Amino acid sequence: MFDFITFLPRAVVQGIPLLLGSTGETITEKSGNLNLGIPGIMYVGAISGVIGSFFYEASFASPKDIDPLLGILIPVACCLLGSLLMGLLYCFLTVTLRANQNVTGLALTTFGVGFGNFFGGSLIKLSGSELPSIILSATSNAFRRSLPIADKLGWFGKIFLSYGFLAYLAVIIALTVAWILNHTRVGLHLRAVGEGPNTADAAGIDVGRYKYTATCIGSMIAGLGGLYYVMDYASGVWTNNAFGDRGWLAIALVIFTVWRPNIGVLASFLFGGLYILHMYIPSGMNLAVKELYKMLPYVVTIIVLIITSMRNKRENQPPASLGLAYFREER
Amino acid sequence: MENKTAAVAMRNITKRFGPVLANDKVWLDIYRGEILALLGENGSGKTTLMNMLSGIYFPDEGTISIDGREVVIRSPKDAFDHGIGMIHQHFKLVDVLTAAENIVLGLPGRLDLKAASGRIREICDAYGFEVDPDQKIYDMSVSQKQTVEIVKVLYRGADILILDEPTAVLTPQETDRLFAVLRNMRDDGKAIVIITHKMHEVEALSDRVAILRHGQFIGDMPTKMTNAQEMTNMMVGHAVTLNIDRPDPVDPKPRIEVKGLTVRSIDGILKLDDVSFTANSGEILGIAGISGCGQKELLESIAGLQPVESGSICYIEDDGTKEELIGKDPLSIQEMGVSLSFVPEDRLGMGLVGNMDLADNMMLRSFRSGRSLFTDRRSPQHLAEAVVRDLEVSTPGISTPVRRLSGGNVQKVLVGREIASAPTVLLTAYAVRGLDINSSYTIYDLINRQKASGVAVIYVGEDLDVLLELADRILVLCGGKVSGIVPGRGAKKRDVGLMMTKLGGNADE
Amino acid sequence: MNKTRTPLFHVSKRGALPWYRTWAIRGTALLLALVLCGIITSIVTGQDPLAVYAAIWSGSFGTKRKIWVLLQNISMLLCVSLAVTPAFRMRCWNLGGEGQALIGALTSAACMILLAGKLPNWAVILCMIVSSLLAGALWAGIPAFFKARWNTNETLFTLMMNYVATQLVAYYCVVWESPKGSGQIGIINPNTQIGWFPQIGSQKYLLNILIVAVVCVLMYVYLNYSKHGYEIAVVGESERTARYVGIKVDRVIIRTMLLSGAVCGLAGLLLVGGTNHTLTPTIIDGRGFTAVMVSWLAKFNPIWMILTSFLLVFLGRGAGEIATKFGLNQSFGDILTGVILFCIIGSEFFINYQIKLTRRGKEQ
Repeated sequence: MFDFITFLPRAVVQGIPLLLGSTGETITEKSGNLNLGIPGIMYVGAISGVIGSFFYEASFASPKDIDPLLGILIPVACCLLGSLLMGLLYCFLTVTLRANQNVTGLALTTFGVGFGNFFGGSLIKLSGSELPSIILSATSNAFRRSLPIADKLGWFGKIFLSYGFLAYLAVIIALTVAWILNHTRVGLHLRAVGEGPNTADAAGIDVGRYKYTATCIGSMIAGLGGLYYVMDYASGVWTNNAFGDRGWLAIALVIFTVWRPNIGVLASFLFGGLYILHMYIPSGMNLAVKELYKMLPYVVTIIVLIITSMRNKRENQPPASLGLAYFREER
Repeated sequence: MENKTAAVAMRNITKRFGPVLANDKVWLDIYRGEILALLGENGSGKTTLMNMLSGIYFPDEGTISIDGREVVIRSPKDAFDHGIGMIHQHFKLVDVLTAAENIVLGLPGRLDLKAASGRIREICDAYGFEVDPDQKIYDMSVSQKQTVEIVKVLYRGADILILDEPTAVLTPQETDRLFAVLRNMRDDGKAIVIITHKMHEVEALSDRVAILRHGQFIGDMPTKMTNAQEMTNMMVGHAVTLNIDRPDPVDPKPRIEVKGLTVRSIDGILKLDDVSFTANSGEILGIAGISGCGQKELLESIAGLQPVESGSICYIEDDGTKEELIGKDPLSIQEMGVSLSFVPEDRLGMGLVGNMDLADNMMLRSFRSGRSLFTDRRSPQHLAEAVVRDLEVSTPGISTPVRRLSGGNVQKVLVGREIASAPTVLLTAYAVRGLDINSSYTIYDLINRQKASGVAVIYVGEDLDVLLELADRILVLCGGKVSGIVPGRGAKKRDVGLMMTKLGGNADE
Repeated sequence: MNKTRTPLFHVSKRGALPWYRTWAIRGTALLLALVLCGIITSIVTGQDPLAVYAAIWSGSFGTKRKIWVLLQNISMLLCVSLAVTPAFRMRCWNLGGEGQALIGALTSAACMILLAGKLPNWAVILCMIVSSLLAGALWAGIPAFFKARWNTNETLFTLMMNYVATQLVAYYCVVWESPKGSGQIGIINPNTQIGWFPQIGSQKYLLNILIVAVVCVLMYVYLNYSKHGYEIAVVGESERTARYVGIKVDRVIIRTMLLSGAVCGLAGLLLVGGTNHTLTPTIIDGRGFTAVMVSWLAKFNPIWMILTSFLLVFLGRGAGEIATKFGLNQSFGDILTGVILFCIIGSEFFINYQIKLTRRGKEQ
C-alpha cells in the first residue's frame, strides 16, 4: 500500500527548493536573462547561510542557547547577501559587459558549486567533526518550527501544516511574483524588457536596471532555495555535493510551468514527488532499479518540453529576447 | 515665422558608426505649428539624426536645445520628458502584449488598464482611428500596428512628433486620414517632423522642407517656394530624369501559370484565395496591393517556400511542356532545371547572410555545384568581384560582411547574385524599398535588362507610380483575391488604388 | 532646472580589431586573472604568491608523468569540445556533451564486459567503436529530432539527457558490479585485457592524444572547407536564408547533432577503452560543460581550441596541486577556474566595444 500521508509532505519539502529556484529563474528569464548559474547560486546561498549560522552557533557555549529569531535572521541575511553578489556578478558580465549568457552561467555554476564545497569542506575541517558534514541542529530547529496545532490535526495537519516558515514563504513568494508579473506596471515593464528590449527602451524603460533588478532578486530567491534545503530539508546538515543537481531541475521547472510561478507551486511538489519516488516504490532488494527511478523527473521534463513545443501556443513560448544581450546602438 | 524660437535646435550634430560618418555637423531647427519634411536619400542620415532626438542614439559631438535651452537626451525617457515622441519605421511594439499594454508601456503610476482603454477610445474617436485596446499585437495587421504606434505617442501628449516614413504601409485612404490628423495637430501648435521619400507627400503635407545629403545638412526652405525637381536636385546633388524606361515585350510566351492558388497561414488565416494568372516571358508583371494582402505568400509559393492548400503552379517550358511546382522545395525546383531567382523582401534576414562576406554570400546559390565534398571558393569570389564592378557596389572589399553595407548596396549584391544564374523567372519583392533614387534606377534598369533577355519578371511593388511606369501588366491583389489584372500602359492610378481597397474596384463614389 | 547631466563616458561598438590586439586584450585578462588567483590563494593559505604560481606550474609540468596526464586531459577535453562545436556553429546549444560521452562510455564498457571471451579481441574493439559512436549519435539525435520537427528547446533537452544518461550508467554500475555488493564495476578484464586499446610504445596515453589530434584537424577542415560546414554556418546565421536557398534545415540540424553526438561518443570510448578501463557515472568529469567554455573562448575555431583547452586543463591541474600542497579542499580549483573564466568572459567586451570619454568626462 502506497503511503500517501508520509509521501506527500516529503514530496512538498523536496519541492520547496525547486519552487524557490524556479521562481527566481522565472523572474530572471522574464527580463531576458537565461541564468544557467542558478545551480551555483543555490549552492552559494546555502553555504553563505551555513557559514553565518555556523559562526553564530559557535559564539555560544552550547548551540541550544541561541536566540531563535537571530538564529533565523543571520543565516537568511548571509544567504541573501551571498546570492545577491552572485546575481550582481552575472549581471555585470552579461548586462554591462554583454557577455554570452550560456557561458557566463556555466562559469557561475562551476564557481558557485566549487565555492560551496570549498567552504563547506573548510568548515568541516574547522569543526573537527569525524563525519564529512556540518551539523547545525539548533538553527535547523528554528527553521523547522511549525504550528503547534499541526500534530493535533491528523493527516490534515501533516499534509498542510507541518512545514517550516520558509516553505510557506516560498509559496507566498511564487504567488506574489505571479501577481506582480500579470497585474502591475512593474510586471508589465519586466515582460516588455524580456520580450522586446528595443521596444521597452524606446518606451523609456531603463532596460539595464530592470535586468539587474530582476536577476538579482531572482538570484536571492533562488539562494533561499539552497538555504531551505540545508536548514529545513536536510535538518541543518551540510554535506558536500548533497544538494546535487536540484539547480538544473529548478531550471527545468521553469519550462515545465511555462514561465508561470503560480503553476510552479503544484508543479514543484510533483517534481519533488518524482525525485523521491524511488524510495517509496517497493523494488525488493534490487538496488539497480532505484537508479532508474531517479531518472523520472528528467524524463517528465523532457516530455513536457516536447509537448509544449508541439502545441506551440504563443503565450507559452519563452520570452522573445531570452539569452540575448541588449545593446541600444546595435546596427 | 522667423521671430519664433525653435522648439528644437540641433547644432553641429556629428555621429559616427565605426568608420561610417552618419551625420556630419548637422544644423536643424524644428518649429511649433509647422510640419517639417525631412528629405534625403537613403543613408543620408535622416533616421540617425532623428534617433538622436528621440534618445536611441547619443551624438558624438554637437548640442541640442529645446525651446532655447540646451538639453542632454541620453535615453528615450529623457526624450519623453522633453515632449518628443517618435514613430519608428520598424514598430516598437511587444508582440505578446495587447494594444493598451503597449500604449501605457513605460509610463509611471499604478497600472489601470481599464482607464487606459477609456482614454485610448477617446483618442481614437477624436481622430477617427480604429484600435481595439485588448487585441494582441501579433493578431494585428501592419497598418493596425502603426495606428497603435501613433495612438501611443498621442496618448503621451507629445508635442514634438517625429514620424519615420509613416505612409509606407498605409493605403491611400489611410494616408489621407493620417495627413488630416497631422494637420490638426499642427494647428494645435505641435511641432511635427515627417521623414519620407515620396515627393508628392512632401508637397501635399509639409510647410517646410529640410534636406540632408551624405550626412550633411544641405538646406531648408518653405515648401511653397520649391518644387519636386529642385528638391530632388538638392537631395542627389545633380538632376536625374524621373522617367522609367518601359520597352515593349519581345515575343511574350506563357511561362508561369497559376490556377486557383489558395494558401493559409500557420494560424489558419486565408492568405491567398483562388488566385489565377499567367506570367509571360519577356514581360514584367507588376503586383499591386496594400501591404500584407498576399504578395509575400504568392511569391513564396512560386519559389517553393510556402505550403499550399490547393491550386496549381505550372512552369511552362519553351516547347509548351508543363511542370507542376507545388509540393517542391527550392532545391528540387532547381534540380528540375527550372532557373528561378527570387529577390525577397527581407534582404538580410532571408536573401543574404549579414555576417558573411560578399564572396560567401555569392556562394549561397552555387555552393552545391560539383561532386566534391568541399566548396569551391574561387568562382564565388570572381562573381563577387564582377557584381561589385558591374553594379558599382560601394564596399571596402569582397571580404566585408554584408551587414556593414548600406541598404542600396546590400540590394545590389542580392540582385546581382540572383540574376547571375541567368534565370528564366525572376521574382522580386519590394526591390527598391528604402533605396535612394539612384540605386532605385539601377535596379529598374537591371530588371528591364532581364525582361529584354526574355525573363518572366514578377515585380511586387508598393509605389503605384513606379508600377504604372515599369510594369507591362499589373495584377491587383485585395485581401488575398485577384481584384483585377490591368495593362500597365494607360492604367489610371486612381483605378488601381480603388482596386486595391475594393474587389474589382467598382466603387460608387 | 536641467537635471540630466552628460554621462562621463559613452560605449559604442567598434569595428574589427587586428588579431594581435584581440589577443593582447585576452592575454591581459588572463594575466589579471592569474594575479587575482594568486591574491585569493595567498589570502586563503597565507602562502607567498610565488609559491602558489610554482605549485600551479608543477601541477602540470612537475614530472614527466604529470606532463603525460596533462596531455591526456587536454586531449579528452578537446575531444568533447570538438564534438559540441559543430552544433554551436549552428547556434544549437548542445549542453549534452556530458551525457553523449557517458553513453559512449557505457556502450564501450558493455561490449568489453559482455563480449569478452565470445569474440576475438579485435572484434570486441570494433564493436566498441561502432556501438559507442552510434550510441553517442543517438543520444544527441533524440533532442535534434524534436528540435528539427517542433523547435523544442535543445538547451534544456540536452541538459536533461545528461541526467538520464547518468542514471542509466548508475543502473548498469550496479548490474555489472564487481565484486558483488561494491556498487562499482572496477577494472574490466584486468587479466585478459580484452577491449583495451593497444599502447604505442610504453605510452599509455599516446594513442588517445594522436586520435584527438587527427579529429581536431578533420573537424577544422570539415567546418571551414566542406559543403556541410558551409550549410552549418548558413543555418546558424539564419534559418530563413537556409530555407530560401533550398538547404533542408531539419536535415542539417539532425545530421550535425548526430555528428556532435558521435564525436562525444568517441570521447567516452577513448576514456573507457584507452585509459580508464572502467565505468563510473562521473567518468566524464564535467567535461561536457567545460567544453562549452573551451569552444566559446576559441570562437568555435578547432585550432584555437587546443589553446583554450590547454589553458583550462593547466589551470585546473594547477589549482588541484595548490589544493593538495597547501592542504585545501579539491573544490578550490573550481573557484580559481571560475575567477579566470569571469576575467576572460569579461574581456570580450573590450574586444567588441570601445569606451569613449565624453566632453564632461574629459574635463574631469
